[in-house]
Amino acid sequence: MAIGVTQEPDQVTEAIRVSVPDKGLRQDLRAIGIVWRRELIRFRSDRLRAITSLVQPVLFLFVLGTGLSSLASHGLPSGVDFKTFIYPGVLSMSVLFTAIFSAASIVWDREFGFLREMLVAPVSRSAIVIGKCLGGATVATFQGIVILALAGFAHVPYDPVLFLILIGELLLLAFTLTAFGVMMAARIKQIQAFMALTQMLVMPLFFLSGALYPLNGLPAWLTVLTRLDPLTYIVDPMRQAVFSHLNLPPETMAVLSPGITWGSWHVPVGVSLGIVAAMGATLLGIAIMEFQKTE
Amino acid sequence: MTEPAVLVDGLVKRYGEVEAVRGIGFEVAPGETFGFLGPNGAGKSTTIKILCTLANPTSGTARVAGYDVVKNRDTVRRNIGLVFQDTTLDSYLTGEQNLRFHADLYGVPRAQLPQRMRQVLEMVGLWDRRQAVVATYSGGMKRRLEIARGLLHAPRVLFLDEPTVGLDPQTRSSIWEYINDLKQREDITIFLTTHYMDEAENCDRIAIIDHGKIVAIDTPEQLKASVGKDRVQIATADDPAAIQEIKDRFAIDAAMHEGMVTFNVESGEQFVPRLFAELTAQIKAVSVSRPSLDDVFMSYTGKTIRDAEATAGDRNRAHVMAFRRGR
Repeated sequence: MAIGVTQEPDQVTEAIRVSVPDKGLRQDLRAIGIVWRRELIRFRSDRLRAITSLVQPVLFLFVLGTGLSSLASHGLPSGVDFKTFIYPGVLSMSVLFTAIFSAASIVWDREFGFLREMLVAPVSRSAIVIGKCLGGATVATFQGIVILALAGFAHVPYDPVLFLILIGELLLLAFTLTAFGVMMAARIKQIQAFMALTQMLVMPLFFLSGALYPLNGLPAWLTVLTRLDPLTYIVDPMRQAVFSHLNLPPETMAVLSPGITWGSWHVPVGVSLGIVAAMGATLLGIAIMEFQKTE
Repeated sequence: MTEPAVLVDGLVKRYGEVEAVRGIGFEVAPGETFGFLGPNGAGKSTTIKILCTLANPTSGTARVAGYDVVKNRDTVRRNIGLVFQDTTLDSYLTGEQNLRFHADLYGVPRAQLPQRMRQVLEMVGLWDRRQAVVATYSGGMKRRLEIARGLLHAPRVLFLDEPTVGLDPQTRSSIWEYINDLKQREDITIFLTTHYMDEAENCDRIAIIDHGKIVAIDTPEQLKASVGKDRVQIATADDPAAIQEIKDRFAIDAAMHEGMVTFNVESGEQFVPRLFAELTAQIKAVSVSRPSLDDVFMSYTGKTIRDAEATAGDRNRAHVMAFRRGR
């Protein structure tokens, strides 16, 4: 046994005096920083997860996108590829899985005890939850950026302004989704239950978001459901951003990217994004409250 | 006299119908190593959870490092180090990254961190392995890393909840070497729980908790003394003569056991010098054995710790369920 590794005797006697400062904003920021960094470190060391969570969006873009394009081309204005149309939806999808999976790590952390290390620390629980959400959002946005790099295959131009807008929107989406996942993780203690529940929610969220079809001319029931899906309010701004950089005639735009309507009111992009941001903030608030409870 | 490191008064914790802790009170002096003993489910873990601010008491008060665990939760947290029964390390991170994470959460000043990190890692003999991912550590190494991490922010009270449970005997004793070593180096109070009676010998004072109540609290020596007499065994040149002489001089009945003159006496260690001085028979060997803490536990709870665990098992399950749900 490696008992008592030899040390300098003088080094042994004097303990380094450490004075831990009082709780405050600086402390909380530092805590947010390290919780965020841990997500990045773990993501970097988990390449398998990075690759597997890209499989689904790539499948949708290339296999579904290509396979359906001949069929869809009859409904699409000439010169517009189906892949281009579903590209914003695929982008959101790439973020969807990673963000939820990041939040799932809280359930893992609970199971493996590390959550306790965080919960007994002398920092506010909100710092830990915010750090976690930011970490999940960052990691998920990285995944989105990988899909963003494939823009050329979907005939989307590599325009810096467009990319900045899309990255910003991806971040917003990723943060809201992670907050949602963290809120769920506060209550669901078993990883199997968490995974089953999120899988059950993710697909309807995706299919109802208008990621794969335009939002106008739908039957009334589907119109209502798409308007209730929070993902709708981020897919549409992304699509508007993409299509505004394609130099398409207005009539084509009206068909493919009609925007969200509530009755006859066209929901502006700002309001759309505001809805997502407000949801993110609310979910974050609930998540913080959940984690503030003491036994 | 400075404030006690831990002060508990009338502490009660109820989980639904189950009363896990039923009104306990005790003090731990600064610098003391205090052992909290009892079978699983006796209320040890619940008490430690309250002292670590992870659970609120149903009633009663607890102060740690001079602060109330409910009212000054964060101040208490800054002043305590924790090593839990189950590992709370991130096994995907390296040893060093785990400590860095802790340092940032506890706000260890950056300027002092490298030195302090090296100090605690060297103390537990893990400095050379700091770059390795924790998943590659053995059980004993993980426990040592947790002890190092618990000390990183220089807490005033270190809580060790079953620090050696699940470790092989050799690793257990090495962990104890680190703990004893640590007492030499750091100005710290250690509060530990264990259900290994032999390990409790390392403590300055011991409290025995059973069914949510403290049934005994004292130094290991006093506790053992309260239980019964020491057993003295001597080998002499002429045993029958020795037995007779012991009877005549000290009015003690001795008998042959295991080939030696054997008798029971209070404070055996103090008796032995008298024996040497007064006994005419030549003494060739002597051994004094004390009642073990197992005997102590037996006498206070009416059962051995293993019996207690067996019967507490069912009652426990209710506690554990309550913990899980409450978390």
